[in-house]
Amino acid sequence: MDIKICTEPFDPWQAVQAHQHSAKDMAGKFGATSIFIGTMRDFNEGDDVKGMTLEYYPGMTEKQLEKIVAEAVRQWPVIDVLVVHRVGDILPNEPIVLVAVWTSHRGDAFDTSRYIMEALKSRAPFWKKELLKSEAERWLVKNTDGYL
Amino acid sequence: MSIKVRYFASLKESIGRSEDNLEFADLATVGDVWQRANPNKVLPDNSLAAVNMDYVGLNSPVKDGDEVAFFPPVTGG
Repeated sequence: MDIKICTEPFDPWQAVQAHQHSAKDMAGKFGATSIFIGTMRDFNEGDDVKGMTLEYYPGMTEKQLEKIVAEAVRQWPVIDVLVVHRVGDILPNEPIVLVAVWTSHRGDAFDTSRYIMEALKSRAPFWKKELLKSEAERWLVKNTDGYL
Repeated sequence: MSIKVRYFASLKESIGRSEDNLEFADLATVGDVWQRANPNKVLPDNSLAAVNMDYVGLNSPVKDGDEVAFFPPVTGG
């Protein structure tokens, strides 16, 4: 299980590949890999967005992510999990979050990935401040339920 | 007792500080910590609180050396 907070842009595909390559003991054991990537949009709530700053609470953010992953591992037969989350100044089209889950069977991979993402959205201490094209700044007030 | 208080995101901006260090003998709960640190400001309704990086309610007790944090709903991911 690996949890990373990233202050610089990261390539989620490379992160998944590197993690899988380094975890040699799981070779041949996993039959399903679920990969969720959250990417920054250039629009939100009807406005053009040109940038974002993601604040976090060093220490607590990692602690809460570790708890969430531990909860998931207790509920599903998970082989491995990789969570990467960006912080700092972010531009549209840059990845914000990666949740990768390796399991024996696909159902557990999908369920674990969903659980971790939803828990992260509601409990991991991150806060987004958008910079709009109009130069106005605004804090996001709350996360949505994940649908339009 | 000594309590470190931390603020994040929009709450930090609205009170104009990122942290306080309180030295009072009679701080019993997380709610007391907020009131003592911000006597003229009501904690916004939807705020979250943590003690030593775990979520707690405002009635949760505090002890010497604790780090108490207040912040708005989280918006990561």
